[in-house]
Amino acid sequence: MAKIVGYRRPYIGTQPNHLHPSYVSSIKRAPSKPLIYLPHTLSEITGPLFDEESVDVKASDLTKQHSGQPLGERIVVSGRVIDEDGRPVRETLIEIWQANAAGRYLHKRDQHDAPLDPNFTGCGHTVTDSEGRYRFVTIRPGEYPWGNHHNAWRPAHIHFSLFGPAFATRLITQMFFPGDPLIPFDPIFNCTADEKARNRLISVFDWETTIPSQALGYRFDIVLSGREATPMEI
Amino acid sequence: MSLWASTSQTIGPFFSIGLTRIKQDNLVGEGVSGERVTIEGRMLDGDGKPVPDGLVETWQANAHGKYAHPEDDQDKSLEAGFKGYGRVMTDDQGKFQFATIKPGSVPAPDGKTQAPHIAVSVFARGLERRLVTRIYFPDEPSNSSDFALNLVEPERRETLIARKVADQSGVLEWNIILQGSGETVFFDCGL
Repeated sequence: MAKIVGYRRPYIGTQPNHLHPSYVSSIKRAPSKPLIYLPHTLSEITGPLFDEESVDVKASDLTKQHSGQPLGERIVVSGRVIDEDGRPVRETLIEIWQANAAGRYLHKRDQHDAPLDPNFTGCGHTVTDSEGRYRFVTIRPGEYPWGNHHNAWRPAHIHFSLFGPAFATRLITQMFFPGDPLIPFDPIFNCTADEKARNRLISVFDWETTIPSQALGYRFDIVLSGREATPMEI
Repeated sequence: MSLWASTSQTIGPFFSIGLTRIKQDNLVGEGVSGERVTIEGRMLDGDGKPVPDGLVETWQANAHGKYAHPEDDQDKSLEAGFKGYGRVMTDDQGKFQFATIKPGSVPAPDGKTQAPHIAVSVFARGLERRLVTRIYFPDEPSNSSDFALNLVEPERRETLIARKVADQSGVLEWNIILQGSGETVFFDCGL
């Protein structure tokens, strides 16, 4: 029987704890019992794959999904998806969603008193290329208030969902913007103990992908779990 | 070189705008073999209140115990109509439901085989990281020797085993209790 090579476990402090009381929604939703360590088996080192055929090429430009231009500042968000060994994660699906420029999601439960934009849905997807690269065109999302605590505001952010090569590499995260004054006050951002790990969720302004007279570029690289070095006998 | 995997962040309350496109509540395509099952349940929080903004993703082998993935090199058949991936959202009552087939057995680390199971990721507002769990099947003799079930203290194993629903053949109930009494067993699977 073939040997199973599992995926690496997170380095201590680099991932959020499930319970983080300052993020109030975690109080009644985080498990109270310790998680049970599961060695990776064939079930965890395999996972759903979505190739180029499963994507709509137009879905990576969120500014061209309607007849008119969405309001707000056009931006290019691009980067690479790599594993912990720096190897590109090829042909992997990335899904994103975000608020519009006014800080409002096109969602029935978003009651924020800010206008919807008929020309902006706020969702997109793409797959990485052979070097692990991806690129979206969108608008810079607005900050918005939320009910976590008195005068709570979320920093501007874009949600990212990635699969990687296996069930074990699934990741959902958020991308933030450099210089956003709300970041230090955001309990969701602050759930992770390690400052360096947290700060990697903040994208970097990027001249190289900035399009003259068109759009500012932001780079956001994403690292998925890498492979264990030592195979286990199965 | 070793980098650190990017930090996980909550899916938040509004993910359905981005993730509905590949909603997958019926995994069974044409010509797929195996026992049809509908799995339904509710996601509840520590107060027993429904979680109306949860996402449940599933991954499983086909009826032969073969994953539709290049790293499964077992000499077993793939079926074109079965990819093994499911994605459903909870409704206002915290309910979710999907139709699939009971998977075959796959190899275990101890050299034996694992009991038929579905790997599950649970996402919701309030969860900064996904929760990983498994669905096992009722009346399955191999459950008693399954290596993952045996990692769990006996009194909590039943949270992982779906239950038959009276008078509804082919329907199994499996709930996700995030916290408290009857809390579902969640595994540390890494990220």
